[in-house]
Amino acid sequence: MAKVWSEDIGRLVLAGVCVALLVLGLAAIIPGARAAETRTLLNVSYDPTRELYQAVNEAFIKQWKAKTGEDLKINQSHGGSGKQGRSVIDGLEADVVTLALAYDIDAIVQKAKLLDPAWQKRFSYNSAPYTSTIVFLVRKGNPKQIKDWDDLVKPGVSVITPNPKTSGGARWNYLAAWGYELNRSNGDQAKAEDFVGRIYKNVPVLDSGARGSTVTFAQRGLGDVLLAWENEAYLALQEFGGGFEIVTPSLSILAEPPVAVVDKVVDKRGTRAVAEAYLQFLYTPEAQEIIARNFYRPRDPDVIRKTQGNFAPVKLFTIDDVFGGWQKAQTTHFADGGVFDRIVARK
Amino acid sequence: MTVAALPLLRRTRVAASVIPGFGPTLGFTLSYLSLIVLLPLAALLLKAAGTTFAQWGTLLSDPRVLASLRLSFGGAFVAALINAVFGLLVAWVLVRYPFPGRKLVDAIVDLPFALPTAVAGIALTALYAPNGWLGKLLTPLGIKVAFTPLGVVVAMVFIGLPFVVRTVEPVLQDVDMELEEAAASLGADRLQTFFLVILPAIGPSLLTGFSLALARAVGEYGSVIFIAGNLPGVSEIAPLLIVTKLEQYDYVGATALAAVMLAISFVLLLAVNLLQKWRRARMGG
Amino acid sequence: MGGAATRDPVIVRWLLTLLALGFLGLFLVLPLAAVVVEAFAKGLDAYLRALGNDVALASIRLTLIVAAIAVPLNIAFGLAASWAIAKFDFRGKSLLVSLIELPFSVSPVISGLIYVLLFGLQGLLGPWLADHDIRIIFAVPGIVLATIFVTFPFVARELIPLMEEQGRDEEEAALTLGAGGLRTFWLVTLPNVRWGLLYGVLLCNARAMGEFGAVSVVSGHIRGLTNTMPLHVEILYNEYDFVGAFAVASLLALLAVVTLAAKTALEWWHRDELVATGH
Repeated sequence: MAKVWSEDIGRLVLAGVCVALLVLGLAAIIPGARAAETRTLLNVSYDPTRELYQAVNEAFIKQWKAKTGEDLKINQSHGGSGKQGRSVIDGLEADVVTLALAYDIDAIVQKAKLLDPAWQKRFSYNSAPYTSTIVFLVRKGNPKQIKDWDDLVKPGVSVITPNPKTSGGARWNYLAAWGYELNRSNGDQAKAEDFVGRIYKNVPVLDSGARGSTVTFAQRGLGDVLLAWENEAYLALQEFGGGFEIVTPSLSILAEPPVAVVDKVVDKRGTRAVAEAYLQFLYTPEAQEIIARNFYRPRDPDVIRKTQGNFAPVKLFTIDDVFGGWQKAQTTHFADGGVFDRIVARK
Repeated sequence: MTVAALPLLRRTRVAASVIPGFGPTLGFTLSYLSLIVLLPLAALLLKAAGTTFAQWGTLLSDPRVLASLRLSFGGAFVAALINAVFGLLVAWVLVRYPFPGRKLVDAIVDLPFALPTAVAGIALTALYAPNGWLGKLLTPLGIKVAFTPLGVVVAMVFIGLPFVVRTVEPVLQDVDMELEEAAASLGADRLQTFFLVILPAIGPSLLTGFSLALARAVGEYGSVIFIAGNLPGVSEIAPLLIVTKLEQYDYVGATALAAVMLAISFVLLLAVNLLQKWRRARMGG
Repeated sequence: MGGAATRDPVIVRWLLTLLALGFLGLFLVLPLAAVVVEAFAKGLDAYLRALGNDVALASIRLTLIVAAIAVPLNIAFGLAASWAIAKFDFRGKSLLVSLIELPFSVSPVISGLIYVLLFGLQGLLGPWLADHDIRIIFAVPGIVLATIFVTFPFVARELIPLMEEQGRDEEEAALTLGAGGLRTFWLVTLPNVRWGLLYGVLLCNARAMGEFGAVSVVSGHIRGLTNTMPLHVEILYNEYDFVGAFAVASLLALLAVVTLAAKTALEWWHRDELVATGH
């Protein structure tokens, strides 16, 4: 009896070892298993830039190869802007960060001291090589007749926007709505708070990121209007086909997603030159055209002229003008116990 | 062996057993446990210990935090109750009623153990969204599942079901049929027999299964975040709030909330183990 | 089966069986079906394309590596722990068992967070690790650690009650007859618990490959480098590539089904022994 058992168990163990080896072997032969010894760059970015940087990286790698003869591989990490900032603070070795708002890069400065506090002066246009704004995506034919911000507070209109606590895009949404009412009421902050509060009363789902909201609206069929980055709205039209249209409000916010080289990381890894060249590349006409093709608003005057027809004209205000910069906006509105918490609690 | 020298873990029946290997196995167990579980958890508690009283006060009086804890524990409780009822039913049918394909059904019960939570999450969302297979049927009736607290419960039922079935099934198999026959011959009807004879016998295991399902559902993240609406105060679960706090660079808040959840989970588990001990003592006696 | 007194009326049996099957169908089978249908929504070509690209393959590779490291370690731990706990009496046993089971009820998010607090740049050991250029979180070691943590109790949980139930008599007999400790374990204990062990290993493996929450916190989400299959599912989902997301998900679901099928088949082949050992 015991003999049979032992053979059985022996076979079982052998089989187990074989399976483990097989798994590791399988893992090893899957193509791309051995990382080639090329220079790599890690770009930690926010959610909606996936398609943009795919195209930009391809162009830059080609250009870098032509200029220096060196093979370059650019790794990408995407996620909610706050989550990405948190990862870099906790040690994700990003050579460059390209996030949704300056506040998240400031957080990296404050919490981890990985880059110079004056990072925003390093590149032109506040280190934001492209801009965007906030628009509405509605269902085909615009059944609820949503034309401007004040249509969002009407009863029975269901608004989809992500959580401003976690999503950079959602903060721009919130501030755009605030700025609209502030402008309409000639600077009455109480009226603005009430207005934004009424919008959030109409919000049935708060996804944690911009992408989650788009999926909820477009794929799951929830809501009458999606507050979205302009580039996300155009991309959604492209991806989900005919069922939607874009509505541009009368006034919106100028969103400036910034880029920065993470000093401590590039100095450690010896990648400063290529990291700086990479971000500088974003300002070249070639990259600016890629940017425009991906529905971001370019900075280069020539490219702006060339792509004028692609973007609806809209009056834009900046966060510095209306809110006194990101630090102030963040502490007033989005910090714990801030205006947003008050609005949600009142619900 | 140094571990054997610890008064708490010293063997109490050294002379009675000839079985070797106490030192090495317990030593390995304790080192591995410390390295993988205790040390990292200690890091968490250390960080949470740095929280001042004022910070604890704000955290525990924040309506949003309380609402998320209420949803996580309340939702898990409801889900575990549903699982206790239907898990018992499934176990009963599997043990008592032979039907074709029973083996297959028995295997399917383990599916939530094996299916990744993220996959379960997107699958459930696809089903229950207003334009999903089930959502389409439920929406006209005015029942909203996806993006509401109800959706959270649905996901928690999914992940918790096998715990009840798998703890009740073996005990149900062991229930002595003669007792039932005796009850019947004494004039009890089937329902009385079930409540007076069978239920007391399987009660402790049912309670264990319930607690396990509860403990699992409380901490669940992957499957819930896809289907919950994540509205603060309404459909936001506590683990999501931890992540949210992290993403706002609020490490103190995140760790403190994590410590609170951890403490509750540990108490729950300890209760389950005492329950099992009690059951074994009762069955053995 | 017992006499007529323990038999339920046919109508009750039918009703209860249908109710149970309906519940299982609604909660377990339908989600699985949804995954498959969505994965093939655009045909087989799209399905294969979604799985055949470099990034998807990299995620499959990483998932396999993680499981191949985490599962054997937890098996070794499970065997050692269950031996120590089931075959010996010592004070603090209940506490030890509770500690072993703890990871099972810790929220996956917290499982990831603890490693961030320990190894993150702002954590306890982070600065030292950074100075010595050792990367743990946002790299494979961190993902492996988080996976080990969440799958930690699976094998031990299955084995401890089983070994306790079996008692010590057989081992003691073998040892008195002169067999060595290891031999006794090999020839007496292991055969007795092998079904429990198998079940534990299968569940451990399934969870190791499918873990989402914990891994998500420590991964860094670098495309093609630190994304496991469940994370890749989320990324594709967020790229509006639903076929891709459900295709990778279907692979994970397939793994779940194969796991369960393997377990059922093994039990069926050895059903005579199972009856004999009263399992």
